[in-house]
Amino acid sequence: MIPACLLVDLPRGEAYRLDIDPPVSVFHTDDGEVFAIDDTCTHQDASLADGWLEGCEVECPLHASKFDLRTGAVDAPPAKRPVRTHEVLVQDGMIYVVPSTDAPNLPPCVASRLAGGPA
Amino acid sequence: MVGASLAGLSAARSLRKQGYDGRLVVIGDEPHRPYDRPPLSKEFLAGTLGEADLALESDDEDLRAEWLLGARAVALQVDGAERVLLLDDGREVRADGVVLATGAVARNLPGTDGLAGVHTLRTLDDARALRDELALGGRLVVIGGGFIGAEVASTAYALGLDVTVIEAAPTPLAGPLGETMGGIVSALHEAHGVRLLCGAGVKGLSGEDRVDAVLLEDGRTVPADIVVVGVGARPCVDWLEGSGVELDNGVKCGADGRTSVAGVVAVGDCANWYDPRAGSHRRVEHWTGARERPDAAVAALLSWGAAEPGVPRPPYFWSDQYGVKIQFAGHAAGADSVTVEEGAPGDRSFLAVYRCGGQPVAVLAMDQPRLFMRWRKQLAATPS
Ligand SMILES: Cc1cc2nc3c(=O)[nH]c(=O)nc-3n(C[C@H](O)[C@H](O)[C@H](O)COP(=O)(O)OP(=O)(O)OC[C@H]3O[C@@H](n4cnc5c(N)ncnc54)[C@H](O)[C@@H]3O)c2cc1C
Ligand code: FES
Repeated sequence: MIPACLLVDLPRGEAYRLDIDPPVSVFHTDDGEVFAIDDTCTHQDASLADGWLEGCEVECPLHASKFDLRTGAVDAPPAKRPVRTHEVLVQDGMIYVVPSTDAPNLPPCVASRLAGGPA
Repeated sequence: MVGASLAGLSAARSLRKQGYDGRLVVIGDEPHRPYDRPPLSKEFLAGTLGEADLALESDDEDLRAEWLLGARAVALQVDGAERVLLLDDGREVRADGVVLATGAVARNLPGTDGLAGVHTLRTLDDARALRDELALGGRLVVIGGGFIGAEVASTAYALGLDVTVIEAAPTPLAGPLGETMGGIVSALHEAHGVRLLCGAGVKGLSGEDRVDAVLLEDGRTVPADIVVVGVGARPCVDWLEGSGVELDNGVKCGADGRTSVAGVVAVGDCANWYDPRAGSHRRVEHWTGARERPDAAVAALLSWGAAEPGVPRPPYFWSDQYGVKIQFAGHAAGADSVTVEEGAPGDRSFLAVYRCGGQPVAVLAMDQPRLFMRWRKQLAATPS
């Protein structure tokens, strides 16, 4: 369980990026719910924390694929694979992320960089 | 749906999502299923993406549509309550509603037909042919310093070719970005050793069977093994002449994509929508417009005007050149000032805001995605 940030420090409609490897983003929706997903878009190297949050969906800041924060599902290409979701706990005003043990769906360019290959 | 690319596919999706349950026919003159064009000048041309990666449909997607691929619509007629599409193979498709999504074709230079080594870039077939030639190396001359020309130059540079870009205007990209920012963005060429010749009109090409040089109006000769003509695109609407659909720089549309003919809407690169923010018609040739606007157009088609059109988000596009991510939203044309608000153009990481009478009307960024999104949202929230 990884502490992310204080709930009061994350206004509704905003996202917080946790710089772990691979990075994870925590979203606070306009309805007051908190979700965590992998921060990197599954299409290319874009940070979903920089995306356009609307309801329970975040739109990738580059090429507009939308990811459902609850399931990670993607609406339409160019991204084709879902983004990995993580469990979130809020305790005493602190947001914690429980990292998923599933394999992440990183885009090819980022996956090879993490594997130590050419960026 | 006439046109089986991003705008046509997005319209088909919108129809199903908005509850249309009837027969759906998609007519497209390319033999391919819908594919993504932006990578054609970038990763696909560079050889880092394959054809399968270009698919715009998800693997498990089923729109319950009939795909008539390799068939070109040649006329549209109104017959009572029905719209009739005539195809080049003699078939006829009758419909209650029609979505025009025929996009645009690359403009060419007159008199270049049949000369080997000369390319335009719009389709997958164009990109395959160009990719195969770039792999042989040599001297590439790109005619036109617009976005597609600049991306081809950048990709070819990375592949190790000797590249020259020829631009007729004093500054490339001055149309979409304005003089100042057009100059800053196009400075990427020379920073990488790609020659940029501005204010250079092209008189013609020389070569017997295969091009060997580009001839300029000022008498200069630029040797070339490969030439890419990137001088813009023309909307594919000639076939609509005489149909009753009003044409004006593409299909003339209202703020919700409705055309002058009932039951016919137009979306994507072929459509010249009224933009309430700009107060005039704008034909937007960007990926996101072709993806987003079909939702509104389909709502208008299904209700024919009973639904109040929303204000679409400001047009947005991106471009990737020399490893730099360029993003732009809004309309630069109406701006009376442009200021760099963050970073420095010299570092190739900055954000600039265009204003008109103090109001932000557009925003440009190089490698500043986070800040860019803030501004893009703010532009969208500004009332028209
Ligand atoms: C090389 C390249 C790079 C690009 N890069 C970017 C980028 O980085 N960012 C960005 O925002 N945008 C980019 N674009 C623009 C973007 O791809 C277009 O805006 C988008 O493809 C428009 O989609 P569309 O469906 O309206 O038209 P199109 O994609 O042009 O599709 C229209 C389809 O209709 C077919 N058609 C035409 N006439 C008929 C007929 N009479 N009957 C049947 N079918 C017909 C055509 O063959 C075509 O398949 C790029 C475009 C190109 C070519
Ligand atoms: S990087 Fe996210 S859709 Fe392309």
